Amino acid sequence: MEYKTLTEIKEAIHSKKLSSCEITKYYLEKIKKYNNKINAFITVLENQALDKAKKIDDEIVKGNIKNLSGIPIAQKDIFCTKGIKTTCGSKMLENFISPYDATVIEKLENAGTIMLGKTNMDEFAMGSSNETSHFGDVKNPWNTNYVPGGSSGGSAACVAAGMSPCSTGTDTGGSIRQPASLTGICGIKPTYGRVSRYGMIAFASSLDQAGVFTRTAEDCAMLLNEISGYDSKDSTSSNEPVPNYLEECRKKFKPVKIGLPKEFLDGLEDSVRKIFDDAVLILEKSGCRIKEISLKTSKLGVSAYQVVAPAECSSNLSRFDGVRFGHRAKDVSTIDELYKKSRSEGFGNEVKRRILVGTYALSAGYYDAYYIKAQKIRNVISQEFREAFDEVDLIIGPTTPDSAFKIGEKLDDPIAMYLSDVFTVSTNLAGLPAISIPMGLKNELPIGLQIIGNHFDESKILSLSHHYQQITDWHSMMPNMETL
Amino acid sequence: MTYQAVIGLEIHVQLKTKSKIFSGASTSFGNEPNTQACAVDLGLPGVLPVLNKEAVMMAIKFGLAVNAQIQNNSIFARKNYFYPDLPKGYQISQFEIPIVSKGSLKIRVGDDFKEIRITRAHLEEDAGKSIHDMFNNDSAIDLNRAGTPLIEIVSEPDMTSADEAVEYLRTIHTLVKYLDICDGNMQEGSFRCDANISLKKSTDTKLGIRAEIKNINSFKFVEQAINYEIERQSEILDSGGEVVQETRLYDPAKNQTRSMRSKEEANDYRYFPDPDLLPVYIDDQDIKSIKSTMPELPEEKRIRFMRDYSLSEYDTSVLISDKNLSSYFESVIKSKKLEPKNVANWILTDLLGLANKNRTAINELPITPDGLEQLLIFVHDGIISNKQGKAVLEKMWDTSKTPKEIIDSEGISQESNENEINKLVDKVLENHYKSVEEYMKGKDKLFGFFIGEVMKESKGKANPKIVNKILRERLKK
Repeated sequence: MEYKTLTEIKEAIHSKKLSSCEITKYYLEKIKKYNNKINAFITVLENQALDKAKKIDDEIVKGNIKNLSGIPIAQKDIFCTKGIKTTCGSKMLENFISPYDATVIEKLENAGTIMLGKTNMDEFAMGSSNETSHFGDVKNPWNTNYVPGGSSGGSAACVAAGMSPCSTGTDTGGSIRQPASLTGICGIKPTYGRVSRYGMIAFASSLDQAGVFTRTAEDCAMLLNEISGYDSKDSTSSNEPVPNYLEECRKKFKPVKIGLPKEFLDGLEDSVRKIFDDAVLILEKSGCRIKEISLKTSKLGVSAYQVVAPAECSSNLSRFDGVRFGHRAKDVSTIDELYKKSRSEGFGNEVKRRILVGTYALSAGYYDAYYIKAQKIRNVISQEFREAFDEVDLIIGPTTPDSAFKIGEKLDDPIAMYLSDVFTVSTNLAGLPAISIPMGLKNELPIGLQIIGNHFDESKILSLSHHYQQITDWHSMMPNMETL
Repeated sequence: MTYQAVIGLEIHVQLKTKSKIFSGASTSFGNEPNTQACAVDLGLPGVLPVLNKEAVMMAIKFGLAVNAQIQNNSIFARKNYFYPDLPKGYQISQFEIPIVSKGSLKIRVGDDFKEIRITRAHLEEDAGKSIHDMFNNDSAIDLNRAGTPLIEIVSEPDMTSADEAVEYLRTIHTLVKYLDICDGNMQEGSFRCDANISLKKSTDTKLGIRAEIKNINSFKFVEQAINYEIERQSEILDSGGEVVQETRLYDPAKNQTRSMRSKEEANDYRYFPDPDLLPVYIDDQDIKSIKSTMPELPEEKRIRFMRDYSLSEYDTSVLISDKNLSSYFESVIKSKKLEPKNVANWILTDLLGLANKNRTAINELPITPDGLEQLLIFVHDGIISNKQGKAVLEKMWDTSKTPKEIIDSEGISQESNENEINKLVDKVLENHYKSVEEYMKGKDKLFGFFIGEVMKESKGKANPKIVNKILRERLKK
């Protein structure tokens, strides 16, 4: 049995060649075999997954089959899951059990998916390497000395290693696309507001967006169909109609006009440049027109992001005070002591760093110089994208400046770490959708191609990605798990 | 030295919505602790606020009632501080762009009116409650109140005495009850205020340093707290000292204020727009349709009552001070059989007298407007006397019988038959023939004596008007 894509699994389940129990067992076996080396899961839900798979199989026998009936999935541990630990990668929530399901979870559960487990992640989604997790580093399946990227490192690594056919992630500054790039799979971050944030533990509310990891663009479309749409529980979710992404991306490909921002190529390392140029050539050959454009302010993205995101996080994480839920320090005598000790013990260094930076940026006397200025830059970046999309349909570039770095390499250098998001943060600041799809290997480590679209242009992104994957084979490559 | 007090109020008005401002949990008061706090109110990880439109509508109603500007795009902001009964570690409020701004309200000062400017009124969520006296060494938290919608109404420092401040507070209290946006219950904390007080010499143009007294929840305490504060600050200034800018608490048991925290200890709230909520968009059409649902306001009612019913300034002010009372009054006079001034007297003197004696709220009076109307018609038609009417009213209060039932069953009636009364008059004049002679000689004041004797003879049942008429005829000189 060797099923790689959701499309294949769905076909096999629908034609009754494969039961949900069989495919669930298959992936649970893989998790047993590889997870101790990769550390992609914080919680594995073996019994629960098998129970649900059995129930789904019974339903299928009765003729009740849903879009994703029986398809296994791994959920990032940032989504609240009723009755199941939701840690957000933090000691603070090490034993937190949510009394409710996030909207994304509810939708996927209702669509018939089987939750294999909850995946490892940077603490509170703050990190680009999955090294800030309280539950240990996640290893890159292509080379376990390397990081898988972050913050959705566990979700990316489990799909790359074949421990799950798909997973969910969240992307605040690149947390889906960057790990997708570094682990050689597809990861899409939809338009801000396309997918409900309800039940997704907030890092930076105006930037956070849920998305998915799969092996192919087609599979991304299949999952996006289920999780997209307005949610009355999230005031920032959009009521823009949801197209059938799967049908849209399978339609006959129409060449599009693609913008290539020269700023994305400045100083790019030669071998990465070579891989990217090959990808551009392929797109050109299929009739797309490539136009060099300029996104001058995109270079300010990381700076603006590193003010806005910490500012929002400093407020969002105030609720973790040891009073009602989460880690509570022992042997304290005053309320102030309870706050200080619970938070000092419960949060890791990166989270503390961002809370401090964010608190500073919002403080009286600094608010205008930092927060307001960052918001202004954000507006300028959005404006620049708007103007670019007047001229082109999509914008492309490498997802990351380079392939994966070594574990520990950037841990003590926050600035270097933050710069690994240089190509991804601007789209979050502008609320735009973007995907990362594999485009090649550099020294046996994958690197991704990023395709950015205008607001709610996920169909265009998926269509171009699907087309690219029909004429290339990068998405089929997998690390050799047996030699790990 | 005498100083001029400069006073501004921040009034917190709990809105009467069924559910909370950002969640679907109930807002009712007095339930078991923490039984009406849902995931959103508890600030659980991952939850998001969704704005209750009813609260927005109520805030707009208030804005329209004080002729304020209604912001087309107001913004919710987070006010960040740590407190155990503040579940999220921030309060969702409005900061830079509140929904209501630049209004004003007329208050009564002596025989005149004074305009108090309203800087702004913004929407926000209430916090929970910390309870310190339930367990020995621990504090408890009740989050039932967390997320209850509030409008905070901020005035300009336009008041100069405790009396003015109380009058302003009362006027707002009446107004929000008229608008039906707040139950006005001060004991339950539905209506409470903070007072900012500073003193200056009357020649000074600059304001003095102010103290803020937090969370005062009765009219009496507002008056006492402000007067205490004026005295305290005067003493400091007289002795050459300087008032400290600080937040103080009023202790009603000791009738004094005490320091809570100084300016240096004040929180930096780090306000910023709440990214979980979109700007509140209100178009002119929305405002227009809310305008069309506005009830008559106290000021409009005051003018109408004085004009249409020829009531005195004082009677009007008492009647309109409570919406239930003024509508009670208007129900009684609805059929136009009775004279409004007379009805007002009955209500303000006799009915309210009974209500006060029995500690009964206006909306719980056991006598219906219909019942009172029937009674007053009996009096008006001379079936019973004024005095009998008052006795019947008391019986109505105690038994909830109709006036007719009481009059019939107790045989209360008035003798209006002229022949019968003539007989009584004959008897009285015969018995007091000497007095009749004196009267005829010019001792006019004896007339009242004859009336009294006839009434006595009738055991109080004779219609005094008819007695009067007959006596005048019989004693014609």
